[in-house]
Amino acid sequence: MTTTSPQANGSGNTATASGGAAIQERDRVTVRFAGDSGDGMQLAGNRFADATAVFGNDFSTLPDFPAEIRAPAGSLAGVSSFQISFSKHQIFTPGDEPDTLVAMNPAALKSHLAALTKGGLLVVNEDAFTSGNLKKANYPSNPLADGSLDDFRIIKAPITTAAIAAVEDLGLTTQNAERTKNFFALGLVYWLYDRDLEPTLDWIEQRFGRLPNIAEANRRALFAGHAYGETTEIADAHVRVPPAVLTPGEYRTITGNQALVLGLITASHLTDLELFYGSYPITPASDVLVELAALREFGVRTFQAEDEISAIGTAIGAAYGGGLGVTGTSGPGIALKSEALNLAVMTELPLLVLDVQRSGPSTGMPTKTEQTDLLQVMFGRNGESPLCVLAAKSPGDCFYMVLEAVRIAFQFVTPVVLLSDTYLANTAEPWPVPDINQLDKIDVPYRKLEHIDPEDFQPYARDPETLARMFVPPGTKGFEHRIGGLEKSDISGDVAYSPENHQRMTDLRGEKIRRIANFMPELEVDGPDSGDMLVLSWGSTYGAVFTAVNDAREAGHEIAHAHLQYLNPFPRNLGDIVSRYNKVLIPEANTGQLRMLIRANFLVDAQGYNEVTGQPLSARLLTEAIIKMASE
Amino acid sequence: MVLHTPPSPELVENIIPIADEDLSRKDYASDVDTRWCPGCGDYSILAQMQRSLSNINVAPEKMVFVSGIGCSSRFPYYMNTYGMHSIHGRAPTIASGLKLSRPDLQVFVITGDGDALSIGGNHLLHVLRRNVDVKIFLFNNRIYGLTKGQYSPTSELGKVTKSSPVGTTERPLNPLSVALASEATFVARSYDTDPQHLQTTIEQAARHHGAAFVEILQNCNIFNDRAFADYTDREVRDERLLYLEHGQQMLFGENQDKGLAVSATGLRVVDAHGPDAGLILHHDATRPSPDVHQLLARCNYPEMPVPMGVIRQVTAPTYGDYLDGQIEVQKFKNRHDIAQLLKGRSTWQVE
Ligand SMILES: Cc1ncc(C[n+]2csc(CCOP(=O)(O)OP(=O)(O)O)c2C)c(N)n1
Ligand code: SF4
Ligand SMILES: [Mg+2]
Repeated sequence: MTTTSPQANGSGNTATASGGAAIQERDRVTVRFAGDSGDGMQLAGNRFADATAVFGNDFSTLPDFPAEIRAPAGSLAGVSSFQISFSKHQIFTPGDEPDTLVAMNPAALKSHLAALTKGGLLVVNEDAFTSGNLKKANYPSNPLADGSLDDFRIIKAPITTAAIAAVEDLGLTTQNAERTKNFFALGLVYWLYDRDLEPTLDWIEQRFGRLPNIAEANRRALFAGHAYGETTEIADAHVRVPPAVLTPGEYRTITGNQALVLGLITASHLTDLELFYGSYPITPASDVLVELAALREFGVRTFQAEDEISAIGTAIGAAYGGGLGVTGTSGPGIALKSEALNLAVMTELPLLVLDVQRSGPSTGMPTKTEQTDLLQVMFGRNGESPLCVLAAKSPGDCFYMVLEAVRIAFQFVTPVVLLSDTYLANTAEPWPVPDINQLDKIDVPYRKLEHIDPEDFQPYARDPETLARMFVPPGTKGFEHRIGGLEKSDISGDVAYSPENHQRMTDLRGEKIRRIANFMPELEVDGPDSGDMLVLSWGSTYGAVFTAVNDAREAGHEIAHAHLQYLNPFPRNLGDIVSRYNKVLIPEANTGQLRMLIRANFLVDAQGYNEVTGQPLSARLLTEAIIKMASE
Repeated sequence: MVLHTPPSPELVENIIPIADEDLSRKDYASDVDTRWCPGCGDYSILAQMQRSLSNINVAPEKMVFVSGIGCSSRFPYYMNTYGMHSIHGRAPTIASGLKLSRPDLQVFVITGDGDALSIGGNHLLHVLRRNVDVKIFLFNNRIYGLTKGQYSPTSELGKVTKSSPVGTTERPLNPLSVALASEATFVARSYDTDPQHLQTTIEQAARHHGAAFVEILQNCNIFNDRAFADYTDREVRDERLLYLEHGQQMLFGENQDKGLAVSATGLRVVDAHGPDAGLILHHDATRPSPDVHQLLARCNYPEMPVPMGVIRQVTAPTYGDYLDGQIEVQKFKNRHDIAQLLKGRSTWQVE
């Protein structure tokens, strides 16, 4: 991993050459496309990401869309955006403030201008700045004319009319002709950042090949936008970010949700068990159900349940049957699943629960990100109910954490919750494609148990090392037995109410989860082993925290960083690590949930850096907070 | 793509895994002591279940009983098969996941009127609608037994119970009507005190390919004693029960002297020897439309005889038939190469 700090965002737009034609070189650039939900901004952003991947930059993307499917056109509520940051170095966040903002209408400008770096480049579709649209965006006067944008460099392009003109003779409806405006904008931005058109042309062919007229229109709009950049005198705007030096290999683009899907299919292969995925649609977890449903050829049984309770019930049924039983949801769904999750704790079944966290409480902000389910999955059940909790740190990491969760679920015969979130779910990054033959098989212990003498079988007898119980699914002759949610007698698994037994079983269930720590990696510290300050993070904030820590180091501070992927149990050496520094800072996109656990477990005076905005942590603000604390 | 192929004829009869050796009733009984109140109707149901399984000679290791919570839901502990005593109302979900991922198993759900129709009402609706190949036995005692006598969704309007000291203020559900409205492919009723009829009904349900719903009237002698006695007592049952048999006339009465015919508003009782004898219906359980089945389901004492037996049994592909069919077809049509899947639509090489 390259730890060189990428040049901070918006690090000046100092023109090295003037005259428009000269191309400047930059380390890192962040571009945001913003427009109406119907303007195709997500599509444009994704095409840009593909072209960037092929070009060889490292990149990270951040889609942000309204929860409403079709908010009124031109309204502030209907603005959808897509940010991409790309660099010649390895990067770990989609960037804080964009250097360039593409605003397709006044509402998009209004919503996103505040984020644009001072002196940044603004590309606006001047055709959309009609009095009607200005009114919808609450602009009293036209910002393109009233001088309010003087702090920025502006390209006012007639994007709609130019796009329509480019496709004029194709006989499209006005609506279809106008729709090509995102390709025009994309072409223009391709010129600005020296991207190759080829990957997008290929994509258009693949996607619209069967509608030759539409394909041709999109191609023409793309070329027209590119030509517009080339022929219009745009001073100091032609920028090149050289390719990054990445570990050699075959790469693809991946989002967190895609990685969960691939992880599940791969886990099914590595366990040699058929995958059962019970789920009820909920943003941002629905994609996992949707994508798995299209993979029947891998023996995948998806089950769209009548509610989240049924979804986990069916997954428990599949797990009880000896399969790979998985359910996936977001925070509100976890709340509904908690009673059934406790059944899996009591019956000690290997179950995987995916929680793609979103902003709460209640319905909250369904399309926005947060890390607010940690305490819910740790403690949100009646009784003493320990289970294993893991969290992915990047989109690609979702893949490997699924494999790890499944390994633990089977080895310890326990439910495991894997936390992701909206940000990881939707953000895309380049990902080295793993070689399926290099991945370790996942052991399924009941396969050996089925061959022991039934006389030696006791459903709650335990492996002396892992404390995993003897789990044998139905179907095996001589092993017939009953399990359930009532307290179990140690070893026999019969229903038992004795005080001593309940104490013993409570202890055993807790100890089993603690022993997982003996079979997982210790926590690694990046930076000094001990000393003044440790930054401790978990989950999707990894990229922002990593970036901020490095920026603070560049500013001369010696800071250690450790990142948790295992939340329950904690790595064995965590207590030791947090006690070796004078200051511990825990940045989280919640009000301090991990901090509460760290303080409670290790009695250290950890401080929090907490943002609950629905947006990923800002690396820039976090850097400032780290430097402030380090200097105290 | 949806497979709309009707199931092949051999699918219509459920394929039940049979034990190698001859098993008797006691081979299906576990050694756990039963904990129901003495005199509870659940004892008889347990005995008839064990006899029915022994009549079929089901392989015990392939049998799984999944229950919710309630007196009735203790049932799996007493069966020497696999079993799960789960959580209140959710047994149909666990049974669905189990059956769909393990089609080789026979999955029976044991539930109560509160478990199935109150807290688990949603799941009951959907497991029947989906026609998941599980057999559901609802022990209806019209009361919450385990929690000591509160009214249930099948308790009569105005019933005095612990939680309704001056009578309930809500109308009851009719379990058979709910099942029929949920598109159930097999709907039957029996009762605890007619061992032979109960055994036959259990066996018919077990042999049905698809979701089977059986309401078993069960006496809770502690909190709702004699709830069904008016028509199930030995002395009156011939007069007040209608034993349905597919293809047979709907006759009842000690001397089979009464029958059911269609009236302007539903069904009516006619004299089997009177002028309308020719209008007496023949029971057609396989009738695609559930119209007459609904009318039967809604026959209540004292206006009408109470129907017992299989009200409806139709053939339809199960959820599992469709799902497994899709998997087979997609495996045939598409490559299933994980290495390729991991690569996605496009990759690039970093040198
Ligand atoms: C979530 C939850 N809520 C409430 C209960 C308490 N409870 C246990 S059984 C029961 C009602 C059972 O009635 P029924 O299903 O008719 O079964 P019966 O005891 O009559 O056989 C209730 C309310 C519970 N166990 N779990
Ligand atoms: S309370 Fe009623 S239903 Fe429960 S065991 Fe006793 S008699 Fe049976
Ligand atoms: Mg009851």
